[in-house]
Amino acid sequence: MIKGVAVTGMGIISAIGNNTAANYNSLISGKHAISTPEVLKTIHKHLPVGEIKISNQSLAQNLNLPENHSYTRAALLGALAVKEAISQANLKVDEETGFISGTSIGGMDATETYFKDFSEGNIDHNRFIRAQHPGFTTEKIAEYFEVNGFVSTISTACSSGANAIMLGARMIKSGKLKRVIVGGTDCLTKFTLNGFNSLMILSNEQCKPFDENRNGLNLGEGAAYLVLEAEEEINDKPVLGRVSGYGNANDAFHQTASSENGEGAFLAMQKALKTAGIPAEKIDYINAHGTATKNNDNAESAALERIFINKLPDFSSTKAFTGHTLAAAGALEAVYSLLAIQNEQVFPNLNFSNPMLNSGFIPVTNLKEKPIDYVLSNSFGFGGNCTSLIFSKNGE
Amino acid sequence: MGNKIYINGIGSISAQEEDLFSRGSVTIYRENIFPAISPNYKEFIKPMALRRMSKAIKMGVTSAKIALKEAKVEVPGAIITGTGEGCKQDTEKFLENLLDLDEKLLTPTSFIQSTHNTIGGQIALNLGCKNYNVTYTQNSVSLETALLDAQMQFNENPEIGSILAGGVDEISEKITSFQKLDGQLKLNPIKNLDLLREDSTGTITSEGAHFFVLSKEKKENTYAEFQSVSIKNVIKPETIINEIENFLAKNNLNSTAIDAVILGKNGDNRYDYFYKNLQRKLLKNKPQLAYKHLVGDFDTASGYAVFVAAKILKTSKIPAILKLNNVDCKIPKHILIYNQYLGRDHSLMLLSAV
Repeated sequence: MIKGVAVTGMGIISAIGNNTAANYNSLISGKHAISTPEVLKTIHKHLPVGEIKISNQSLAQNLNLPENHSYTRAALLGALAVKEAISQANLKVDEETGFISGTSIGGMDATETYFKDFSEGNIDHNRFIRAQHPGFTTEKIAEYFEVNGFVSTISTACSSGANAIMLGARMIKSGKLKRVIVGGTDCLTKFTLNGFNSLMILSNEQCKPFDENRNGLNLGEGAAYLVLEAEEEINDKPVLGRVSGYGNANDAFHQTASSENGEGAFLAMQKALKTAGIPAEKIDYINAHGTATKNNDNAESAALERIFINKLPDFSSTKAFTGHTLAAAGALEAVYSLLAIQNEQVFPNLNFSNPMLNSGFIPVTNLKEKPIDYVLSNSFGFGGNCTSLIFSKNGE
Repeated sequence: MGNKIYINGIGSISAQEEDLFSRGSVTIYRENIFPAISPNYKEFIKPMALRRMSKAIKMGVTSAKIALKEAKVEVPGAIITGTGEGCKQDTEKFLENLLDLDEKLLTPTSFIQSTHNTIGGQIALNLGCKNYNVTYTQNSVSLETALLDAQMQFNENPEIGSILAGGVDEISEKITSFQKLDGQLKLNPIKNLDLLREDSTGTITSEGAHFFVLSKEKKENTYAEFQSVSIKNVIKPETIINEIENFLAKNNLNSTAIDAVILGKNGDNRYDYFYKNLQRKLLKNKPQLAYKHLVGDFDTASGYAVFVAAKILKTSKIPAILKLNNVDCKIPKHILIYNQYLGRDHSLMLLSAV
């Protein structure tokens, strides 16, 4: 068993709430926030999404940004989540504080809005030209909190946020940083909505993770960040939980689809258990990737079966609450994993009725109270990128 | 501090041919956006796969394969990729279709290949490599973060023998040209070789891929030792000298031990002071080199600097075209690389002779 890296703060904004308390309340009361697009201007008005019903203008006002700011929507959401995390951790930002953010599309919302203008040589919004860089969105957030030291962005599609948490934990462990803000942010865009739609993996109803009749995912948006601190920096601060294990592997099977036996997922979970120094039986709850696509839930179930053999712990996917928030998903679910540990509760997997024929797995469908020491959280993405994290109770 | 890390293989694709080192021939461009010179991709990628690939993927997979072959590594212990803007050509294709067709009748191919981790994923797929795989997208420190991660991986995992780490960026017709609208590129076309004599805003840009096989084991054909990398988002111009001194001190060196410095000078007179300060003070009597007048500036252009440093350390030869001053050095042992873009995303790297 290895003493993990301390989490001293967390912050989140998602369709089910603008802060940690609001997200928690939605999770325990089974209140999802899947709706249809209103803030996002798209012709696909019927497609269910986990949209945050706040305009960019209101988000910017919340952050007291000037009128001509160049924050993308992902930067606005990210800054709000970081603000909560920093305030909870009572964090002093200095030269030895890092910021690592996962994002899949960064400022694509700005790029798609102004692409035609730029193509015609219109320079009215040229402050958003660099928004196509994922690092641009990250730098806006870093700027807001005056993080000037190590700042980086990870873009491994839907495992970006989880990989950011992993890198942060490794940098603390190796002594490269004393404090680091880690997580991810992604907003809804026409680009991603149409992209997933063209792949025909969006459901036209509420998504049903791990159900035999699941027919695709719902896209969502959100941001979540954790503050990780080195042991000697914590002093009397409350420790919310620990990042004790992480594993990253590549499925090396297909650009977008997962292999049938979930090889990448299996290897990621195996490595996470190894770095945590615990056997699989120690896991009390799995926050699954569970996107509700045919392919993911099959592959993930196969991998879970290989890791846990006949003793599968309680598991659920919280994607039916928030939608799949892509790069932010691993970060959102890190917050949910820590909430599960703190409150000794397993959050339900919504919209489940029929077990998948080939696994027979039954997720937790009603809020379940029980002591939780270890949570495994999975995030898998395009490009075969698979990452698993293990969170543990402080003192465990 | 852990293991020594050696560069045992390099795959470099850029706007210059590799014989710049052997014969000193230089390719001249007269546009501010110019393409990389393509190797014969068919030697490295199957025709079926090749047809679907954008240039970033082709360059990435090919340079990775060249580096691995040179280092005689089949499956690396990790694949770590840096890319500032990822697969711009596929992003642009999907986005233009989406806007032109008003979100109707879209095909997924370019969307699938638009994600920033496509290159890293495709290399893994090509090699059947299931190991650690991450993609960093932090503007001009994307490659540097990949190298930093590689160094940490060696320290954390004693079983890892070699790691493939590199950086790739491509130009695309529209998104790259937008850089003319916000001052990133010079407005009037210049000759690339005149870049460092320009006194105007903006730079010139291109594309390329640089993959490196880093190994714990020193071999006969090892290029150099990769010592260290440091990344900082914001540096006050007046503290850059301090930053460099601290960085060298962490590596048990001081500025007198540095035999040459490779600067990321890109002809943008708004940010040149970061380099000028160093050139006039701390590194005044050192050979000062530059490279962006050859390969343009792009997010992972510093891959060319690492390539140049490794070549110089191996051969003890400095091509004249790189030189900014007349200071000479017979047998360079330590080379410092410094880069930044628009005053942000600063990086320092240190390579040493073996």
